Amino acid sequence: MAHSKVPERTSGDTKVYSYLAEYPTPQALIEACKAVRDAGYKKWDAYSPFPVHGIDPAMGIRPTILPWIVLGAGLTGMLLGLVMQIGLNAFDYPWIISGKPLWSVPAFVPVAFETTILLSALTTFGGCLVLNNLPDLYHPLFKKKRFAKATDDKFFISIESDDKLFDEQKTKSLLERTHPTALETVEDDRKVNSALPRPIVYGLLIATFLSFVPMARIAQARYTKTTDPRFNLVSNMDYQEKYKSQRGTSFFADKRTMRPPIPGTVAQDTLALDDRYSRGVEPGTNDKFISDFPPQFSVNAGAMQRGRERFEIYCAPCHGLAGYGDGMVARRAEELAEGTWVAPTSLHEPRLANEPLGYFYNVISNGVRNMPGYASQVTEEDRWLIVLYLRALQRSQAGSVDDVPADQRGALR
Amino acid sequence: MSAVSHAELMRDNTIDDPTQRAPLVTNDSSFGDVTQAVAGVAEAKPPIGWLICFGVASVGAVMLVSCIGWLVWMGVGVWGNMTPVAWAWDITNFVFWVGIGHAGTLISAVLFLMRQKWRMSINRFAEAMTIFAVICAAIFPGVHVGRAWLAYWLFPIPNQMQMWPQFRSPLLWDVFAVGTYATTSILFWYFGMIPDLATLRDRAKSTIAKIGYGIFSLGWTGSARHWHRYERAYLLLAGLATPLVLSVHSVVSFDFAVSQLPGWHTTIFPPYFVAGAIFSGFAMVMNLAIPARAIFKLEHLITMRHLENMNKVILATGMMVGYAYGMEFFTAWYSGNPQEVFAFKNRAFGPYWWAYWTMVSCNVISPQFFWFKKLRTSIPVMFVLCIFVNIGMWFERFVITVTSLHRDSLPSSWAYYQPTHIDIMMLVGSFGLFFTLFFLFLKYLPIIAMAEMKTVMPQAHAHGDHHGPATKHAHTAGAH
Repeated sequence: MAHSKVPERTSGDTKVYSYLAEYPTPQALIEACKAVRDAGYKKWDAYSPFPVHGIDPAMGIRPTILPWIVLGAGLTGMLLGLVMQIGLNAFDYPWIISGKPLWSVPAFVPVAFETTILLSALTTFGGCLVLNNLPDLYHPLFKKKRFAKATDDKFFISIESDDKLFDEQKTKSLLERTHPTALETVEDDRKVNSALPRPIVYGLLIATFLSFVPMARIAQARYTKTTDPRFNLVSNMDYQEKYKSQRGTSFFADKRTMRPPIPGTVAQDTLALDDRYSRGVEPGTNDKFISDFPPQFSVNAGAMQRGRERFEIYCAPCHGLAGYGDGMVARRAEELAEGTWVAPTSLHEPRLANEPLGYFYNVISNGVRNMPGYASQVTEEDRWLIVLYLRALQRSQAGSVDDVPADQRGALR
Repeated sequence: MSAVSHAELMRDNTIDDPTQRAPLVTNDSSFGDVTQAVAGVAEAKPPIGWLICFGVASVGAVMLVSCIGWLVWMGVGVWGNMTPVAWAWDITNFVFWVGIGHAGTLISAVLFLMRQKWRMSINRFAEAMTIFAVICAAIFPGVHVGRAWLAYWLFPIPNQMQMWPQFRSPLLWDVFAVGTYATTSILFWYFGMIPDLATLRDRAKSTIAKIGYGIFSLGWTGSARHWHRYERAYLLLAGLATPLVLSVHSVVSFDFAVSQLPGWHTTIFPPYFVAGAIFSGFAMVMNLAIPARAIFKLEHLITMRHLENMNKVILATGMMVGYAYGMEFFTAWYSGNPQEVFAFKNRAFGPYWWAYWTMVSCNVISPQFFWFKKLRTSIPVMFVLCIFVNIGMWFERFVITVTSLHRDSLPSSWAYYQPTHIDIMMLVGSFGLFFTLFFLFLKYLPIIAMAEMKTVMPQAHAHGDHHGPATKHAHTAGAH
């Protein structure tokens, strides 16, 4: 084999990195590898454009520990995935979904599976690079033009000068015996050229420092208070093109967004067609109160009893249990004497004794002076029941001896 | 010995001769020829055909980006989605693109584990296709969330609201599944490409190419010790990607299957979705590989045998998908549930009957032509049939999503979904983005795994040394 160059130690600063031998075929490479291996070298390597079958035993390469690292990473990923989900969804923010228990492990399987794969894959990739000492963009072999063929169709062996057995003559002759197509010396100039230029170092330092500024601004915004409105990048969720009920509009003549109901509109369940029963007045009038109970209302002991209950709940607090205008609220108001109180009327005033039944119904429904209307709280039927009891109460306080049955008058004494 | 001569096999590797394994690289190529054929594509001036295709595709990509901008500004109302069809083309496109991606992983990982060496000329294509398809897929649910700038809420990031994602939801499983899938696919693709990027680096003439390929090849030297760990790591990645690819489309199918909706709530979905994904993905690989091998003159690397094998996979998965279509109807009938029966009757004979029967004709009938050797080895026939398969698989996702929703349990809300212009432009635009990325890949990256190809060439085998006496010295130097 003709050698293009005889390896020689170059003078000056550069030191020899390795001897580089080139081979034409994988078969030749493997034969050469066996020779180097048998000579006992440790710091040497073979280079090929593809993984050559059978080179691991020919070089004495032991199986890598990468699979074990990946196994550890996968188990870690699975554990992290489970801890994350259970921690976040069962403890820190416990919520029950579809009636599942908080520790619903089957529902956590998919994500735990994905985190297992994710961490394993990242570790496989990163682990392989780290074990291979990559990235390494300035390998001394890259200085050799010939070495560019190592990724195309040529095969190389490089014995490094750091090896204990490395000897200029012996190593060279060993490689020569393996019939390389070329043999070269590789210089190591890494020590000379490895330092980055100063401007680049300062630039990187400044860039690193500046990269913290946005994070610091975000952190500051999180922990300070401001009266300014929230800054929203896309504002059309905050300010939507729609009309709200109390906003103006140019669309309608009255400039109101919320439309008034159509005249004659009646709210649900408030249709009152029977003026006697619902309003206590003669049909078609507003102030001609009826003096009898409406026909659908029947007077009996049960009605009287319920009327009493309703009266004592809604009326007695002001008007008093007997109707003299001396209920607890009225007495307390007199005591406070704040000057704003309008005393409740005594239901036994002569004026009221003569008012028709419809008048009382109307007052209960709509209120009078300071008294509010009770239409929203007391149903129509209950209002008539209160009127019934009220009339009985009035009668009870205006009685005479003649009202008492003759055979019981003796008990009055 | 065989009646077929070695030379004959080297020209055409579709001849079936059981006594001789057909070569995976034809034309008696050398290692250098392979390097030249593949790296030459990246080094040559772009052909005029490439420039035209890239131009057209990038117009589509720009259209997609504009539509996304408009959608983010205006809201999802620019789509045709409405009540009750709240999931429509967006989810259809998402599932379609994710499915396309799966064939890439299948070819690169599953066939690798099964030692199917014929995969080597197409796996780089297929992996690239996976990544670009997953990018297209991820866009749609990303913008479907409404306020896309808050999409990071999907991830468990500590926040001032003190709230966390709901880990029992299939939609969140999807985030993790697709996220892991995208990450792992990119790693797998890039990892497989490192030695080939080193080849491009070593051949580069311009400074930009030297720096670019130099950085991304990470200083790969082709060291045997590196190759040892590299091969092991590649095997591990393939082993990780294989269950992953099955899990991803299963999780995608959970988006539907875990819901209570008739037409979605079926246990057949995970295997049916996975089969459909492989089916559509292989069809897409074919649609990409057929023009690429013609344009870049790679017929001796991507041979007729490769295409034929893929057609066989398409035929097999097409039958599985057809079986699933039939079984869905059987299950609906057998369940005795009137809602379920209605959903499937409505699917085939309701207002969307045309979509259903498009799907059936494209997915079940068209692959049947591949039973005939003459048809499955004819380039025009396979190209057209694969286009049909892709159309059919898009319609499958449309049928599942829309027909199940448009007639829900409340007849007063029944409606007929129609896409808007934005819907159509975004679907077309997603193809634009996909092809833009793909054409960039074709031009600037090693489109065929050169290093792997070289290992299956006859010259790569150091005959007589496979199990040599070297093992007794196997522990003289470490690789740790």
